Amino acid sequence: MTTEATGSTSAQQAAPDKKKWKSNGGARGWYSRQSPLVRGVLAVVFAGLAFLLPYVGEVPLIGPQIVTQGIDWPSALFNISYYVLLALGLNVVVGFAGLLDLGYVGFFAVGAYTTALLSSPDSVLKTEWGWLATVPIALAVAMLSGLILGWPTLRLRGDYLAIVTLGFAEIIRIVATSTETLRGDRGFSDIPHPPGEFADGKPIFGVADAVPYYWLGLGVIILVILGVRNLDRSRVGRSWLAIREDEEAAEIMGVRTIKYKLWAFAIGAFIGGLGGVMFAGQQGFMNSQTFVLQFSILVLAGVVMGGSGNIAGAILGGALISYIPDRLRGIQDPIWHTDLFGFRFAIFGAVIIAIMIFRPQGLIPSRRRAMELKDRAKEVAPIE
Amino acid sequence: MNFSGLIQDFGPLTITGLAQGAIIALFALGYTLVYGVLRLINFAHSEVFLIGSYACLIVWGFFGLDQNSATPSVLGVIGLLLLGLVAAIVLSGLTALSVELVAYRPLRKRNAPPLAFLITAIGASLFISETVGVMTQRNIRGVPPLIKPRDVFVIGNMHVTNLQILIIVLALVMMFLLDRFINRSRLGRGIRAVAQNPDSAALMGVNKSRVISLVFLLGGLMAGIAAVMYDLKIGVTRFDAGFLLGIEAFTAAVLGGIGNLRGALLGGLLLGVLQNYAASLFGTEWLHAASFVLLVLILLVRPTGLLGESLGRARA
Amino acid sequence: MRQVLARAIGGLAVIGLIAGAAACNSDSGSDDTASGNCGYKLAYFGALTGSSANLGVNIEQGFELAINQFNEKKGSTCIEVAKFDSQGEPGVAPGVARNLVADKKILGIVGPPFSGESEAAVPIFEAAGIPSVTPSATRVSLTANGWKTFHRAVANDDAQGPGAANYIKDVMKADKVFVANDQSAYGAGLSEVVEKTLGAAVIGKDKTEADGKQTDFSALVQRVVSSKATVLFYGGYYQNAGLIRKALSTAGWKGVLVGGDGMKDPGLAKAAGNAAATGTIVTCPCSPPEKAGGTFVTDYKAKWNVDAGTYSDVAFDAANLMLQGIDAGNNTAEKLNTYLSTVEYKGIANTYKFTDKGELDPKFIKVWTFKFDATGNTIADQEVPTA
Repeated sequence: MTTEATGSTSAQQAAPDKKKWKSNGGARGWYSRQSPLVRGVLAVVFAGLAFLLPYVGEVPLIGPQIVTQGIDWPSALFNISYYVLLALGLNVVVGFAGLLDLGYVGFFAVGAYTTALLSSPDSVLKTEWGWLATVPIALAVAMLSGLILGWPTLRLRGDYLAIVTLGFAEIIRIVATSTETLRGDRGFSDIPHPPGEFADGKPIFGVADAVPYYWLGLGVIILVILGVRNLDRSRVGRSWLAIREDEEAAEIMGVRTIKYKLWAFAIGAFIGGLGGVMFAGQQGFMNSQTFVLQFSILVLAGVVMGGSGNIAGAILGGALISYIPDRLRGIQDPIWHTDLFGFRFAIFGAVIIAIMIFRPQGLIPSRRRAMELKDRAKEVAPIE
Repeated sequence: MNFSGLIQDFGPLTITGLAQGAIIALFALGYTLVYGVLRLINFAHSEVFLIGSYACLIVWGFFGLDQNSATPSVLGVIGLLLLGLVAAIVLSGLTALSVELVAYRPLRKRNAPPLAFLITAIGASLFISETVGVMTQRNIRGVPPLIKPRDVFVIGNMHVTNLQILIIVLALVMMFLLDRFINRSRLGRGIRAVAQNPDSAALMGVNKSRVISLVFLLGGLMAGIAAVMYDLKIGVTRFDAGFLLGIEAFTAAVLGGIGNLRGALLGGLLLGVLQNYAASLFGTEWLHAASFVLLVLILLVRPTGLLGESLGRARA
Repeated sequence: MRQVLARAIGGLAVIGLIAGAAACNSDSGSDDTASGNCGYKLAYFGALTGSSANLGVNIEQGFELAINQFNEKKGSTCIEVAKFDSQGEPGVAPGVARNLVADKKILGIVGPPFSGESEAAVPIFEAAGIPSVTPSATRVSLTANGWKTFHRAVANDDAQGPGAANYIKDVMKADKVFVANDQSAYGAGLSEVVEKTLGAAVIGKDKTEADGKQTDFSALVQRVVSSKATVLFYGGYYQNAGLIRKALSTAGWKGVLVGGDGMKDPGLAKAAGNAAATGTIVTCPCSPPEKAGGTFVTDYKAKWNVDAGTYSDVAFDAANLMLQGIDAGNNTAEKLNTYLSTVEYKGIANTYKFTDKGELDPKFIKVWTFKFDATGNTIADQEVPTA
């Protein structure tokens, strides 16, 4: 009899413990309750793990499942890194400030093209700088383009903003294709790689090994995360939150919506341009085919799938949209005997629908959004 | 800038632009209807169009027709045309309805935020177009030349062909019918009610889910017709034919005033014609850039489009 | 608190140990040593899937046929086939190229078939020292990069362009020519050369969007019709060309469409309809498949069940060229590259000798014109001078 009693009480204890875990915010809640020292160590651990990812193929059993086959794994990791960067940037515009941007690839293109124009021997400018020297200029130009996009769209409401941003990205693509200066499909080749040499004189950022590029990308991502996090917790972030929730109310309460909307575009463009600069430095060659509309839509889908409005969600979303197609490369499907890569977007589409139906707040929802959804679920008039 | 070319070719450019614009307008009606009622940009609408364009080709394929067949007799053409239209309308409508049932309705039940709908639409669009792409190996598919273009009348250097007249007249007729349906019929009243205020409409006894399904069906119907016309005019289709035209149609819908049926017609025709003028003036490579620049300029001046949003108002 | 900290540090240490051990073992791939002149691989790098797949598949099949025949003669799988799918896209090419160079048994590459991906991938091959022979990438600037391992087995656009222009000028005797291109590296390059050669005969110019990105060409068609041109030269690929040809016929234009090897595909007739496509002229720095020596045509059909496509025979030759090199004892990438740079090889489609820049020796360059017949196929018309 006594054993039964203890059995039931321990079972009872297990259930409320689990509920307590969830209601205290789950893993993220636990994380935020630790002391700064512990948080710092954990962050370093994660970063360290990320730096060690190129070697994950060696981990027994699961390693070979994770590593991509059709494409070199460090190259896949580099692809993930610039997609994550783009997702972080778009998250600032869409997730934090609530501005629906369907043309994010435009900023990526501006950053990459500025670098190419300043450094490639093909360019009309004939300046032929090194990669590093072009970075500040490219970022400045990207930020400027963000402002140029933002300014005429200030008055536009959500869905109109979407189509205008889409139009801007397409205009950039068409201008890149059709003007002599930007060399369209012929593109720019021999874009220099980031500088740096080993002790024996061989360049760190060569063509054959993509690992240094990945580490560079990772470093940039970490810096961007720190920067964006600080912004989010500052007055700027709070203004964005107010704008996202209700723009008119924010304006009435004294939030300078114009200024902060422009800020959002500028910072989003900065990060997008950063991605473009890194892409150009790794690839060495680029043309107008890269910057298609589907790219923007993909990044947006990644951000929302991952969970818009929070950094971890953006990282996860960005990583997924790059990793899943690359992982499917090089695998033959049994029915039609084509590379599974051909199915990647069909699979993607299905995955997107599934995630949105079962977790419309995203895989890692921002806590605010999750609370919003709980409130909306309790609304008086049911939709159906 | 090629001014002399534009002036010289003004007539032909206008008529071909109107024909293309009519197709865009029919396509845009779907976007505008769904937006007017649900405030949702239905990205999957381009795939509704795509399915329609393949549907008629498959039906015509049953009769052994492909791009190299001879043009059948007049009676045969009429029959095949009707058959193709019916097939396209049915399959497009079904596609639109299934997207609504599979992708949107579950989200509405969960009261998801608007961005989630947009992303789901993107997912549905990707899924459908890529599946078609894999099934067709991303090859083009030719269209049987059912209507051999013949000049009906000629004014100066402007040749107006039978196909162009068919397309423009069909678009105007469908527009007119849709307009009457929305404004005069009971179901149309329901649509307008839900567009104006979904909750009040529900309280007044309108079956919201039925209205929403109807709206998707109507949009699919229009897209199916547009798809058949597109096939006949262009002569080929491909798995991404919907995407390319979809961007143009969406632009046209916003240009005219999204949610406004007549705006969709105006926007479509205007876009078709102005794109042609721009192509002649600046070069064909600037065709799409011109339409976007136009859009931005118009939105700067009139942020809700040329005719404004108004599906909810009595005069659509 | 201290517990959590300890766990965190402990976790980091464990993971660091595993990763460190893994990193130290990263070169643990053990390959069987190749013996003599066997046990190596030749690679095909290019589009196998995606919208540009047709041309890539034609080349890969010619390449594989050659290796299979070689292995049959040897009686064993002496040289293996390795295939790398780049989708024909320069954005994808580097990652796949790095995969290729990681396989140390690959001595040579047939490909890449497209100019854009060549720009992106060949630097990686060059850095690894693996020689490549492309049977179809015709952009002139490819050999201006200073690459030592890149070889081109066909004439580049500087030969094809004048060939087309000479045909228009001398054979068709046209003096009113409209020139357009799809702004692709290939199309723009080709049409610019044609324009320069034709000079005053060009009465109008236009550009379209890339293949597959545009379906309505009414403005272009209108300009061509009103200019009263008798010939339209279009630098681009078969899909756009087919649509333009169809629209021109619908508008009642009676002139001839001329283009380059990008248009030499039955897909043009598919897009335009056989009737409209009849009479279209395309040039190609390749000779007609019927002229290919030996039993290539029948062998190809027997193995792959389709007719040999454009450049299949050149790819066949390129593969055999490398096989001959390996068989002669050049069993490292470096030795094979030296061999390629000096050999003169008589294949079934042409004789090959490469200049020091990697171009085909001018005396072996030939450009042919082909005409679309009423069944939608291209039949050989005549050889054209390239000067």
